[in-house]
Order: sequence, then C-alpha cells, then structure tokens
Amino acid sequence: MDKHSLLVRLFYNDRGGSLLLGLLGVAIVLVPLLNLVVPEGSALHLSTYTVTLLGKYLTYALLALALDLVWGYCGILSLGHGAFFALGGYAMGMYLMRQIGERGVYGNADLPDFMVFLNWQELPWYWLGFDMFWFAMLMVVLVPGILAFVFGWLAFRSRVTGVYLSIMTQALTFALMLAFFRNEMGFGGNNGLTDFKDILGFDLQSDATRAGLFVASALALALGYLLCRYIVDSKFGRVVVAIRDAESRARFIGYRVERFKLGVFVISAVLAGIAGALYVPQVGIINPGEFSPLNSIEMVIWVAVGGRGTLYGAVMGALIVNYGKTYLTGALPEVWLFALGALFVLVTLFLPRGIVGLLNRKRAEA
Amino acid sequence: MDPHQYIAERHAWRRYWPTLAILWSLIAAVSLWSASAYSIEEVDAAASASDIKIESLAVPAAATALAESESVSESAPAAPLDFSAAVQALNAANFSAKEQAINTLAALGDERTRAVLRALADGNLQYRKSDDKVVIVTEAADGYRLTDPLTDSDLGNVDKRDVKKISINNQLRIVLREAIARLSLSSQRVDVRLTAVEELTGNLDEAGVALLESARINESDEDVIAAMDTALALPKLTAGDSAVQLQAIEDLQGSLLPVVRNQLTALADSSTADTAVRAAATRAIAGIQGELQFYALTETIFFGLSLGSVLLLAGIGLAITFGVMGVINMAHGELIMLGAYTTYLVQQAMPQYLEYSMLVAVPAAFLVSGLFGIAIERGVIRFLYGRPLETLLATFGISLVLQQLVRTAISAQNVTVANPDWMSGSWQINAALSLTYNRLYIVIFTLVIFGALLLLLKKSSLGLHVRAVAQNRPMARAMGIRTEWVDALTFGLGSGIAGVAGVALSQLTNVGPNMGQSYIIDSFMVVVFGGVGNLWGTLVGAFSLGVANKFLEPYSGAVLAKILVLVFIILFIQKRPRGLFPQQGRGAEN
Repeated sequence: MDKHSLLVRLFYNDRGGSLLLGLLGVAIVLVPLLNLVVPEGSALHLSTYTVTLLGKYLTYALLALALDLVWGYCGILSLGHGAFFALGGYAMGMYLMRQIGERGVYGNADLPDFMVFLNWQELPWYWLGFDMFWFAMLMVVLVPGILAFVFGWLAFRSRVTGVYLSIMTQALTFALMLAFFRNEMGFGGNNGLTDFKDILGFDLQSDATRAGLFVASALALALGYLLCRYIVDSKFGRVVVAIRDAESRARFIGYRVERFKLGVFVISAVLAGIAGALYVPQVGIINPGEFSPLNSIEMVIWVAVGGRGTLYGAVMGALIVNYGKTYLTGALPEVWLFALGALFVLVTLFLPRGIVGLLNRKRAEA
Repeated sequence: MDPHQYIAERHAWRRYWPTLAILWSLIAAVSLWSASAYSIEEVDAAASASDIKIESLAVPAAATALAESESVSESAPAAPLDFSAAVQALNAANFSAKEQAINTLAALGDERTRAVLRALADGNLQYRKSDDKVVIVTEAADGYRLTDPLTDSDLGNVDKRDVKKISINNQLRIVLREAIARLSLSSQRVDVRLTAVEELTGNLDEAGVALLESARINESDEDVIAAMDTALALPKLTAGDSAVQLQAIEDLQGSLLPVVRNQLTALADSSTADTAVRAAATRAIAGIQGELQFYALTETIFFGLSLGSVLLLAGIGLAITFGVMGVINMAHGELIMLGAYTTYLVQQAMPQYLEYSMLVAVPAAFLVSGLFGIAIERGVIRFLYGRPLETLLATFGISLVLQQLVRTAISAQNVTVANPDWMSGSWQINAALSLTYNRLYIVIFTLVIFGALLLLLKKSSLGLHVRAVAQNRPMARAMGIRTEWVDALTFGLGSGIAGVAGVALSQLTNVGPNMGQSYIIDSFMVVVFGGVGNLWGTLVGAFSLGVANKFLEPYSGAVLAKILVLVFIILFIQKRPRGLFPQQGRGAEN
C-alpha cells in the first residue's frame, strides 16, 4: 500500500478531518504572511499578539486531541493530562533556561538565576544535557512517556478502571504540583521557569520567531491528527474501541487489554508532552500551576464540548472554549467560571456527543 | 394508581422525619455539650484575671462576673484604712518606710496585695503628680492607662510625664519577691500556688527554701507538693555532700522541666562531682529523655489523629454520597466550603454571641449544605445515574459555579472566622505535652458525628432504605421504597455532613472560596483507601493516613509527606483495588 492510498483511505470518510487539515494548511501559509508581510496598520495585518494567541490555541488543540484519543476511543477519562503537558513544558523550559546563559540577572553562565538565588553551587544531575536541543526534545517525549508507562502499567495491570482511574490520575497531577512547588526540587519552585531569551539562536521576542512557532504548532497538530487518525483506523485502534465498549469481552476473546490501554495511554501522554513543549516558548513561562487539577479537568471539557471520539471535534472544542475563555476573562472576568461551570453541566446533560454530535444529528434529520 | 397507595406514597417521606429529628438532636446535643464546657472555663478565666476567691465553680458565668465586680467595691470599705493607707505609704520618702509598708500589706493578707506588690516589683506602680495618688500603670498607645489599685477601676489614660515611678532598691526587691511568693503560696487557689512554685523553681535562695519548706507543711494539693519537692531538690544538686546529691537526683527522677534537665546535665558533665553521683545523674537524664520521647510520640499521634479527624470529617460525607450511593461528587469540597461560610455568616449575624455561634452554625450549615446537595441531586445528578464519568464532569462544573458564587456574593479574599474562647488555648498536661483545645474538640466532634451517622445508617428506617436501595434498586422499589426520595435524602445527608465538616474546619484553617479544592482529593483518597461503601473503613483509613502523614513529616517535610502518602495510596490501590475493607457479597461485584 503506497502513501497516497493510505491518505485516501484515512480521509475517505472523514470530512471533518479533511476540513481541519485544509484549514491548518491555509493557516500555515496565511498567518505568517498576514503577520510579517502585510504592513502594520493595514486592515489585514495580524498582530504578533494574535499570532501567539492562535499558536497557544493550537497547542491546546493538540492536547485535546491527545486526551480524545484515550477518553473518546479507549474510555480512559484521564484527569491528569495536564501533568504530561506540564512535564513536556518543563523539559522545553529547562532547555530555554540553559540558553539564557550569561544574560541572566546574576550573569552566571552555568546556573539559572533561581539556583544562584538559592545558593546552589552546581547544576543538579537531572539538568545535565538540557543545553542541547536534541536532548531536550528527547526528554519532551521520554519524560511524559515514561511516567505514563509506569503509571499506566501499574494501573491497568491491576485493572483499576472508571472513576477510580480518573481520581488516581488527578492525584498524580496533584502530587506533582505539590512536588514542583518545592524549591528543593530544582525547577524554580513557585515561580517556575521564565525570562527566556531565545530558542535555537532565534530571539523569542521577534515576530519571525513567533510566526515560526505558530507554524511549528500547526504542523505538530496536523501530524498529531494524522497519527491519531491512523491509529484509530488501524486494527490496533479497532481493538481499543472494542475495549472501550466491552472490556471483559475483549479480554475473553484473547486480547491483552492492558497492553492496548497502555499503548494508547503512552502515545497520548507523549502527544500531550509535545503540546506542552510548543506551549512554553509561546507563553514564555512554565510554573507548577500547570499541574493543577483544575487545568487537567478543563481540558476534559474542551473534548466534551467538541464531541469525544471524533478527533476533529476535540480540536474544535479546544479552540471554541479557549476563545470563549480569552474573550470572557477579558470582558467579564466574573462570568468566566460561571460559564465554564455551566458548560460542564449543560454539555453532560444535553450534549453528550458534543457539538459534532449535534451537527451530525441535524444532518441526519435534514 | 390506587388512591390509597398514592396518598401513602405522597406521605412516605414523613417516615424519615423521626430519623432526621434524631440526627438533629444529636448534633444539638454535641453543640450544647461543647457550650457547657465553655461556661466553666470562662469562670476560670475571669477568676485568674482578678484573683477573686471563688468558692464554687458551679455558679453561672454571668452571676460570677457580677459578684466579682461587687466584691471589689464592697471589700474596699471593709478594710479601708489599712489597705489604702498602706498602699499610699508605699510612696514614702525613704526605703525603710517603703519596706515597712510592704510588710504591712503582706501581713494584711488582702487579695489585692499581690497585684500591687507585683506592679511595684515590675516598676508599674507609680504615683500621679497632680494628687500623689498611687496607681498601677499599663502601656497604652499614647502614654499610660491608669488603674486604681484599691478598686481595680479604670482611671483613664495620661501622658507618661504625668506620673512618676515609685523607686525601689535591691534590698526592697528581695523583700518584695519573698512577700509575693509567700502571698502566692498561701493563696487559696491551686493554680496560683502552682504558678508560684514554678516561678521559684530553679532560682531559689536560702530564704526561698525556708519559705517553700514551711509552705509545704501546710500544702494539701498533690500536684503542688510534687512541684515543691522538685523545686526543693534542685538546689541540693549543687550541694557538696554526695549523699544529699544522690537523694536529690532520686527526687528529680521523671521531672520534665527544662531547668531540671539542664542542671542534671551540668552535674553529669561536672568534673568535681562524685562518680556515683555523675552516674546517677546520667541515668536520671536517660530516664527523662525516654519520657520526653514518649510524650513526643504521644504528641505526634495526637497531631496525626487531629489531621485524621480533619480527613475523616471531609471524607465522611463523601463516604455516603460516593461510598453508599456511588455518586462521584466533585462539588463535595464546595459543600464543605459552604458550611464554613455559613459559620462566617452566622458570626456576622450575631457578633455579640460569638461564644454560642457554633451552636447555631452546626445545624445551619447542615441545612444549607444539605439543601444545596438536594438541589444538586434533583437538578443534575439524577439524570446521570449509571454514568459516573459524566457525573464527575457535571459536578465539577457545579463546584466551579459554587466557588464563583461565593466570590461574587461575599468576597474573593479569605474571610476571618473567629474562634470562640472555649476553642482557643490549650490543655497543658505537663511540661512536655500540651494539646490545643480546638484540635481536641474537633477530634471528639468528628467521632460523635461518625457515631451518629453509623447509628443512623444501621438503626433507622432511613438507613435501612438507603442500604436497600444501594444493594438492589429494583427490588427496593418493588418493596415500596420510594427510591427517588431516598436518593435525594441520602445525598442531602452526605452533603449536610460536609457542611458540618466545614464548620469544624473553619476553626482550623483559612476560609476562602478555594478551600474546598484542597479537600476533594484527600477525601476521595480516604474513601478509596478505606474501601468504598464501608464507613468503618473510612474511619480507619482517615486516621491511619493522618498518623502516617504526621510521622513522616519530621523526616521529609510537610509537602513531601503528603506526596509520599499520595504515592503510597496510588501503589496501595494497585494491590488492593477495593481498599482496606472491601465490600463483601453481591453488591461488591459492580
């Protein structure tokens, strides 16, 4: 089977996905153009702030995609995906911290500012190697992946399922949050990692770098979508869906249920880590607040709003909810939590299949 | 539908009222009991403030307070000349006249004397330049606040230059110290005598020894005698005679006072002392160390139980809604928060009756959180039975709304919930161990709530119905139980208990819109660890987690201890997915 027919096969029945990839392709071309080429003051000009904001949304969308893979297709409601996202972010943040070099407040070439402040004499062992981009990128993938592997191996092997698993994942991210708040951990404590200067030699404040990061996020989302679509359409994916619908039956047929679950969980965690790594250079900070259980559960609502088990629905949900959040926290900050809370209740009560489900029903009726 | 049956069903809920009434009166009884503890303590506090003799502590607080103010004004004319003249004589021109005045005052045996002499020793007895009147001064914002030593009444604030200190010399200081000690040692109140002995311990001179020895003959209270023996034995440690020293070491065995330990250590290390004496001192220190370790252990266990009771309080409501009903209620922490805010609002509504606010707050919080709980169950959760993950998300949304509601309606900042007097302070058991009252009361309060809940579930008709519905819903319905009502009331009960937990927690921690979030994970951990659907498991789980946390803390720090406990539970769940005490039987299979 050649590459062409694979793509055709993937999108033959996936109008939403095709639309999404098309839009992403347009955005990859158009957004940098509107930002960099169209002169400032023109009605068509896109400010760098907007580009960064869009880039941030795309990383959230990738995160939602990762969550949809485990929740929508495998039935594992993870309330701890924020942890994988933040770990990927911290790995990237450590690289960016090391790139600051002598430009920090204390001018110490070897130690980040907060370590100088804490009177540390040398770099802790787990910071070694993060001055190399390839190593940091490896860690972006490995750290969330290994954590997900260990956690998932323990959890799935002993058949912890349903809400128990959800609460365990929440406890996981809660524990990590407490740990990262400690100064002794060597990750900047409460303040986290910030004050980044450049990435791969490009100035993080420049418009071109911002546009480049946007393109990278869009590409990552597109590739992530392709990967997820490939997975759910493969035989592996079919088994995963079978496990979601009837776990015992899948087990009795002879599938090693926990291995499939573990595989999906690890892939999803890695995707979340990559999303985090793309998120950090765009927002310019990573702190333990990213581990907070509230963040993780907010991600779940993105997927629920869009429609779980549809992949492009998750992407759509992430974009819509986050746009709403940006708008409301700016215009009516008091209302945002009311709106978010109401969203949780209304979506679960009235839109169990999300917006995609609503659209499909409308189309079926028409 | 048969009309009789219809009417019977319409009124079925009335069956539950006796149960709720019992629960209610239990809560009220607890509150009353706590309040009665308060009235005794207030008498104590009032008494120590002015050293008025109180023969019987059974007199109600208000009446005593009245009697106290009267007795002062009445006793003033009873011995007017001597006492007031003697006080005025303290302001004499020369020191020998002052000394005579002190001795006169001491001989009079008036209860006010001690305060006057103490003020003189501390330099707080001064005279007003305008009329030479002798007054007691206390530091105020701008100058001094004056108090009349004769009547204890307030004479207003003055500038520091308007009064002048009555000077004393070293000779007078010694006389004063002895006079105060003698007066205190002959006081009628045990605690005054005990404090006096404790103050003398470690800095006794010869006169003090003589004083203490004479006081010991007349002493009847065992605690005071023991304290006196310790105080008397201490100076003997430095005596030259090793037989005396050995006897002193013997007497000091088991004393927990730091000064005793220091002197024994000095003796054990001293090069001049006899070897036998030094060996005995070393042994005594080892004994004291062992005892201190024991008390440190006791204290750690108490802290652990205290934390455990907080966990239990937070988790016990969840043990009902999650454990019995199987509903994941992520808004549970917010129901706790509502209880805490109810306490705050109750205190705001009745600021003059702060001491009794708990009495109102406990039932009020039960009602508020319970009603919110019923509203949540009727409005949202009942549509989601059998879909736990959706329930989780919907109730999480509710928790966000409740948080924002409190932020908008009251304040985004933390609010201050006052501790009533009977909740503050601590119970000093001995020199090494003291337990704070608020934690002590909350441990007891938690156990009472737990007992009441257990009784309710095991012995009442509501409890029977709850268990029946939990075990087999269709069968329970077939037997005529209105399962919908049972669901609503059970959820209301669990939520109400969360509210009561909030009242207790408001006495321990900050009350703010976010307070609920810090409890939700802990609560779930406790319930899951103990075994879902098992109240005893929740109890054991909460206390063992609390104690384990406090034992880890000295080695790892508070945050790391919490993380370790979380990791432990995560691993524990791998081994025993159904908790410490899994449910047995058919109900366990789902």
